[in-house]
Amino acid sequence: MKTLITVILCLLLSSLGFAQDNNKETKKDTTKLEEVLVLSRRKLSNHRQEKTLSSIDDYLEKSNKITMIKRGNYAWEPTINNMTSERLVVTIDGMQIFGACTDKMDPITSYVDVSNLEKVTIGSGQEGTENGHSIGGGIDLKLPSSKFNGSGFKSGLDLGYETNGNYKATGLDLEYTGNKFFISADGIYRKSDNYDAGGNEEILYSQFEKYNISLKTGYKFSETQSIDANVIYDKATDVGYPALPMDVSLAEALIASLTHYYKPEDKALKSLETKLYFNTITHIMDDTKRPVVAIRMDMPGWSDTYGFYSKAELMKNKHHFTLNLNGFYNKSLAEMTMFSNNPGEPDMFMYTWPDIRTLYSGIFIKDDFHFSAHETLASSIRLGYHNNKIAKEVGVQSLQIFHDTVDDQNNRFLVSLASTYQLKKENYNLSVGLGYGERAPSVSEGYGFYLFNSFDNYDYIGNPNLKDEKALEANFSFKQKFNDFEIGLESSYFHIMDYIIGEIAPDVSSMTIGANGVRVYTALDHASIFNTYVNSSYKISKRFAINGTVGYNYGKGNDGENLPLIKPFSYFAEFNYNTPKFNAALQLDGNGNQSNYSRKYGENETADYAILNLNLGNVFYNKLGKTVLKYGVENILDTKYSTYADWNNFPRHGRNFYLNLSFVLQ
Amino acid sequence: MKLKYVLPIAFIALFFSCSTDDDDNTTIVNEVEGLELIQTIVNGNETIELYNEKGLFETGYNMISLRIKDNTTDSYIEDATLSWMPMMQMPTMEHSSPKSTISKAIGKDTVYEGFIIYQMINTDGSGWSLTLNYTIDGTDYSLTETISVMQYGNQNTATFMGSDGTNYILALIEPKDPSIAVNEMKVGLFKMENMMTFPVVEDYTIALDPRMPGMGNHTSPNNTDLTYNNADNFYYGDLSLTMTGYWKLNLKLMNTDDDVLKGEDVTDENEASSLYLELEF
Repeated sequence: MKTLITVILCLLLSSLGFAQDNNKETKKDTTKLEEVLVLSRRKLSNHRQEKTLSSIDDYLEKSNKITMIKRGNYAWEPTINNMTSERLVVTIDGMQIFGACTDKMDPITSYVDVSNLEKVTIGSGQEGTENGHSIGGGIDLKLPSSKFNGSGFKSGLDLGYETNGNYKATGLDLEYTGNKFFISADGIYRKSDNYDAGGNEEILYSQFEKYNISLKTGYKFSETQSIDANVIYDKATDVGYPALPMDVSLAEALIASLTHYYKPEDKALKSLETKLYFNTITHIMDDTKRPVVAIRMDMPGWSDTYGFYSKAELMKNKHHFTLNLNGFYNKSLAEMTMFSNNPGEPDMFMYTWPDIRTLYSGIFIKDDFHFSAHETLASSIRLGYHNNKIAKEVGVQSLQIFHDTVDDQNNRFLVSLASTYQLKKENYNLSVGLGYGERAPSVSEGYGFYLFNSFDNYDYIGNPNLKDEKALEANFSFKQKFNDFEIGLESSYFHIMDYIIGEIAPDVSSMTIGANGVRVYTALDHASIFNTYVNSSYKISKRFAINGTVGYNYGKGNDGENLPLIKPFSYFAEFNYNTPKFNAALQLDGNGNQSNYSRKYGENETADYAILNLNLGNVFYNKLGKTVLKYGVENILDTKYSTYADWNNFPRHGRNFYLNLSFVLQ
Repeated sequence: MKLKYVLPIAFIALFFSCSTDDDDNTTIVNEVEGLELIQTIVNGNETIELYNEKGLFETGYNMISLRIKDNTTDSYIEDATLSWMPMMQMPTMEHSSPKSTISKAIGKDTVYEGFIIYQMINTDGSGWSLTLNYTIDGTDYSLTETISVMQYGNQNTATFMGSDGTNYILALIEPKDPSIAVNEMKVGLFKMENMMTFPVVEDYTIALDPRMPGMGNHTSPNNTDLTYNNADNFYYGDLSLTMTGYWKLNLKLMNTDDDVLKGEDVTDENEASSLYLELEF
């Protein structure tokens, strides 16, 4: 392992060393390695999205690298490279934000909506460490950039309806752009009743209702300097989680930021962006809608984060440097009160997250070195100081029930390194990368207290003495074009050391009534995760195209046991017809049988499935602007199915007709 | 010398030079600070004051502080020797209860202390009386006064007959103020030798299994059985409490040969031991 770190460091240093090279050459645009999904509804005329009012969850799921874990119809949890939240860094425009639910019912992606965002940047593995340390990768949900182009007043209205679940969505956005000033506001409202699985089986507790509003304004001081302020308020109420024993009565977020931009001209420094931000989340679980529960309980959680980043882009000769200095302070608190079924007994109370404070500060440096016309060496390093503190004394004491030594503070020094060689030729692309990364345990892994996981039916106890989880990573991708046919291969391998996972604590009684027992977070010596995807597309004619993807994933611990939530063999095929004003796509989406499931972590064999979707779209132009109509049928054959990523195998949507209508006025 | 050494010294010097000489503080220290008066008993020239933290007697373990005031000089007596005998009057017989001797409280001049375990009461709280014998300057005094004892909300004391035919009294002493933590559990174990004598039982073992009946009989990990400590004649063990609420501390009493004298294991079929104490917080 040390050798590999040395190799990466050498690569990094050697590329920095080349900075002295004075060879003048036309600068190429930096090539983003990240997979970028363009979300802006203003760019929807390219017909890439099936629905103009898709949720972020739907958008993310379209990515090869991402699979969404579903506990219900709302607030899905993204995974990259078969790794879930704690191994990823998910940020909103560089802002750190942490869910307030101990049971991961509120991934960050649930607190923003498409109307807030311009695009999503996904970095696989150590390529995703610009905003924080991760093992699996990073997702950055980008807010729209400031505009001072004087385009004036613009507005848009979106309407959506889906038959399955009587799902309604409405979006409105208003925007004024001057030469020195802009202001934009948007709002989105979504409401769904219970949906039906295939065969008209109603899925109880799958309803949700949410709205999201955001306001953004900016002022340009001079040609080089501008400032903007952004506020997002997101509130979901009455969210059902059919796969879990509890629902959510409130998930509320306020996300605010102030950003200063400095863009000098004709200097090596291309841009300097500094943001101050804060966000606060309140999450309240609710079991009052469930007629039968073992015991009634309240489980509120709160998460507040304050932070900043300062990011600089520099161009010098063939180098493109990105520097990012960031820091945040998070406060996570969650508690549980249970109301005894025996009259006269007092309420039972515990802190499930005993007020954990996390202080992080770190620096990220990346160099994209274009050392020849076709070749790039991208190297990055992130160094960070990570401190956890248990603010409540009772938190220390309660963890001492399980651990002999519990310090109220824990300091870690984290390192991430990555280096990728990329070759781009007209007919083929090649990229080879190596990386090493470390991460600190999440609040739940480090400090959680009796967190019930309905997936394996165990209560989980955090472990404040966990070592950093470390991963060595190798990735490879290749794409070859033969006239109208294109084939590509993407592959990543992770060797994860001190892989954090819950181990059964024998003879410890569960707290949750009916649970199988208790697991305490501990670490496997090592684990391996591998994934590979083959993508191909063929352009039959100017208007017809087909494309397909086949994927294989693998995950095993050193004990020979399968890791949980590893995607089985998957395939996707699409037949497209495109004209400038009309598009149609017929999709086949399926998974093979999940034979390598993890019995140890509560999985069972999920059967194979395949579904068919038909998506259609029209664009109409008129004097005032344009109208985009998107419509189609999902799961045409009304197949009843669930995937490996569906919590407790609850079934997904049956047949669904949808219609989205967007008006853009300008 | 470096500045970092000079500065603190300078500050300390400054601080001490500024402080006024208030060392000859003669305010009278209140030796019963933090305690509540339970009862005063006047006996001739002396007034006996009884204190504890709550200001009342309850069933179970009671730590009691006493002072004797000389009514003529209005001062507290510092060199008395005391003993006591609590007595429960029942329709057909009377009996005493486990108790300690009375000794001077550590670090105090006028306060004496000891404990009494009231194992039961009549439903109306009546029945108990307390006899106090004390000696001041070689003169013996004695008084008997009716006291009232309140029923404590939970079972903090267990009175039972063991399989060896002996009557035992078990009283919970600690934790007084439990928290979600590994608490130190302290109990007193006494046997009823006769109606008046309740000696400490030594070197037995008390197995501990705390449960929450309201939570599907949830139990906590890393509890330890209680063992005898011959330094203070109590039994000690670790009691883990994973949440607030009502806890049933199921116990099993074993003698020095590990014979079970009272109590059963808690299993899926057997929800609770016949020997238990209760805790609520």
